[in-house]
Amino acid sequence: MTRLHVQLAAAAALACLALAPFVLSPFSVTLMNYIGIYSLVAIGLALLTGVGGIVSFGQAAFVGIAAYATAWVSALNGQSPWLGLLFGVALTCGVAAILGVVTLRLQGHFLSLSTVAWGLAIGFLFGNVEGLGRFNGISSIPPISVGSLALVSSAQIYYLIWGIVALALLLGYNLLDSRLGRAMRALRGGNTLVESLGINAFRIKLVTFVIAAFLAALSGWLYAHMSRFISPGPFDASMGIEYLMMTMVGGAGSLLGGVVGAAIVTLLKNSVQDYLPLIAKGASGQLEIVAFSALFILFLQWARQGIVPSIARYLPKIRRERPEPAPPLPRRPQPAPGELLLKVDGAERRFGGLIAVNNVSFEVRSGEILAVIGPNGAGKSTMFNCLTGALRVSKGEIVFAGRSIVRDPQSRIAKAGVARTFQHVKLRPRMSLLENVTLGTYGRTSSGLFAGAFRLNRREEASARHEALLQLERVGLGDKPFELAGNLPLGNQRILEIARALAADPALLVLDEPAAGLRRQEKLRLAELLRSLRADHLTILIVEHDMEFVMSLVDRIVVLDFGSKLCEGVPSAIRSDERVQEAYLGGVA
Amino acid sequence: MTSDIAAILAIDGIATGAVYALVAIGTVLIFTVTRVIFIPFGDIAAFTALTLAALDAKRFPGTGALVVALACLATLIEIISLVRSGELRLLPRALLFYLVLPLAVVGIAWLTMRIDPPLAVRLVLALMLITPIAPLLDRIVFRPIADGTVLLLLTVSVALHFALVGLGLLFFGPEGVRTEPLTSFSTEFAGVLISGQTMLIVLAALVFSGLLYLFFDFTLVGKSLRATAVNRTGSRLMGIRPARAGTIAYLLGSLMAGVSGILIAPVNTVFYDSGFLIGLKAFVGAIVGGMTSYPGAAIGAVGVGILESFASFQSSALKDVIVFSLLIPILIWRSLASLHSEEEIEE
Repeated sequence: MTRLHVQLAAAAALACLALAPFVLSPFSVTLMNYIGIYSLVAIGLALLTGVGGIVSFGQAAFVGIAAYATAWVSALNGQSPWLGLLFGVALTCGVAAILGVVTLRLQGHFLSLSTVAWGLAIGFLFGNVEGLGRFNGISSIPPISVGSLALVSSAQIYYLIWGIVALALLLGYNLLDSRLGRAMRALRGGNTLVESLGINAFRIKLVTFVIAAFLAALSGWLYAHMSRFISPGPFDASMGIEYLMMTMVGGAGSLLGGVVGAAIVTLLKNSVQDYLPLIAKGASGQLEIVAFSALFILFLQWARQGIVPSIARYLPKIRRERPEPAPPLPRRPQPAPGELLLKVDGAERRFGGLIAVNNVSFEVRSGEILAVIGPNGAGKSTMFNCLTGALRVSKGEIVFAGRSIVRDPQSRIAKAGVARTFQHVKLRPRMSLLENVTLGTYGRTSSGLFAGAFRLNRREEASARHEALLQLERVGLGDKPFELAGNLPLGNQRILEIARALAADPALLVLDEPAAGLRRQEKLRLAELLRSLRADHLTILIVEHDMEFVMSLVDRIVVLDFGSKLCEGVPSAIRSDERVQEAYLGGVA
Repeated sequence: MTSDIAAILAIDGIATGAVYALVAIGTVLIFTVTRVIFIPFGDIAAFTALTLAALDAKRFPGTGALVVALACLATLIEIISLVRSGELRLLPRALLFYLVLPLAVVGIAWLTMRIDPPLAVRLVLALMLITPIAPLLDRIVFRPIADGTVLLLLTVSVALHFALVGLGLLFFGPEGVRTEPLTSFSTEFAGVLISGQTMLIVLAALVFSGLLYLFFDFTLVGKSLRATAVNRTGSRLMGIRPARAGTIAYLLGSLMAGVSGILIAPVNTVFYDSGFLIGLKAFVGAIVGGMTSYPGAAIGAVGVGILESFASFQSSALKDVIVFSLLIPILIWRSLASLHSEEEIEE
């Protein structure tokens, strides 16, 4: 399947949608309208939950804010619905931005619980504010008018709704394929990964959160002017979970899944309403929610992936072209060989009473490979985390390229030119090799939200992709750039991480136990790669405890033991040092 | 606000808070042992109140039918999973726990109803009828996804709550109930009238938290539950079955929820859907304790009760808005306070 096939399929779907009102009954068109309106929220949730990994139970509240805002503007104050759209979107995005700033630093399930909390609080507010009709709601909301045409009938507003849905899908997919979208897709890999790429994770989460709220606001605006009446009911907590359900049924992580999920849930609900009374005579309408929740639970038990990803597995893969040569991305000025690059001076890190790193000092000069070694528990990993900003030193100074970095967050250190790899490989297994490496170019590129959504980033994107391909070729993984990263063996995953780090054009490459868990052949390949990088004048700092791997490779070694520096020197001197032998082997009795 | 009013509000708040505390302790218990944030606990509390009201009115409560339905479903699922794994020799045991025991409970309740039992027996019956529900739901809903992330379990838990609300309406009807006070005793302390019901609530909360403490610290089963909470794999290696520990946790937790339901029924009118707010407020309390500390959860829940009491004096319409808005700063504080390693989200 090529890109053309996808475009043809999209065009065919659009044509079907455009013809639908001529074929379907008015009732079905109304149903389609609801599906479209719910789709918008579900697309936003797919972005937030599926792509970004932030589970929100509160989207219904955002729909409600926009619906009430536009009702207040148009029904209570007699202004145009278009002014209501402006006000509703601005208010919703504003509220979302404030909530996001406050809550998005929360971790894991705390974050989801906070969405339950504000979802409920805002939901209660609608029914209790004096000026908003309390539980009676607001009626006689005017229809949307385009020019002199008022969109009163369901077939008229149909085109507006589905036009917006199609646009949201198009822009959404463009965005996901851009620099910002890749950062969003990396969010699920955890903050440490994202920050190590020079990406401000919090900012990306906030942007994703506001985009989801924006789509919910559009949905609320359409809802208010289509049904012409609003009350607190459709924006309460149970609707919040229904949106989540649509997203998960369709397949979180797939924007199209949002639309499919909205359609399935809406149609299912409709048929449950139709057929349930036939099966269980006299049963109250509440059985609906029982049947519904039970289906949802069954679904989560049996198909956590969702429908669209399950079907997509059986479709032919989209054939992709290797990136064409493109103008190179700008490179950072590299320090002259032999220049002082990193200086650790009296670094100390305490955990309560334990001193993990105690008064350690060493220097790294440009163009050399330095290893920090030591037996288990020597403080290597703590030292490493202090260098990359994952931990702060309690005392002492770390200077990189002439600037102190002890107060910097991880992403800032990464941007300054320190690229790292992880002992436990952190790749995005469902992204291709090329995309994983392209993630590394984040700090060297600049296109933002609008450039990504409207494809104004093509030139930069071509350069970034070509750079990624060059780095893949440099490390010897250039033959299958569209393979998924999760399918690689561990040794190649390590090497892929190095390619990703290289794509950031680093001044210093820091490797966290790169040989751990590798087989002998893989270790030899890795050592060869690192030697070739030194030949390119790249500075490398390795934290490792595999002595054999280190000895034949590096220029100098710093030995840590019990948190303190034991000694420092060239490999042959370290090998014959008695203190080192004692630390590793327990000494000769 | 005068000091008199403040005192009345505070006492009222402490009573409400004590009820939340019982549910909060149950929530923490379940979460630590099974990692499930069991949102439907409030529903269990509300169902207990409705069960007791039905028993008082000499009607057989809908809980019976609910338990029978759940027991049949759980047995079916258990049999299927046993057949699949080829462990048919465990069948009699499964039938005993998932079918015979719950049905026996319903049968006993049904027979006892014939003889018009006194209040104390009715209380016991209500608790007996309510306790099988959560363990059965655990078998049906959570056991198949026990290895899932906390978020998956939370999502399922929220869905389960909505299912229970629907079932509640089906089995109990839309009418609200308010049971007779358990005692008419009241006393005056420093010029403020304190009802016997209030004292009973606080006393019950204290007694049950104390019993739970003794259970965890001085019995082998209690210790095995704590071990499961700390490390599932490790305790499995020590011969503790996480599934069984989970069942015990659900039993104990629903007992706590049941007691709180009985205590709140004479004070507030309880509807089939009242449980959600009880559960969520208890949950706010549990979060104050970081979801891991029982005293922390109890103190947090009492705090929520007092806050709610004062908030409803200021603005009764917005009291829930105030309580839930307050959850956000608490969550932020907890999230900053807890240094847990970040977990990658499964794909």
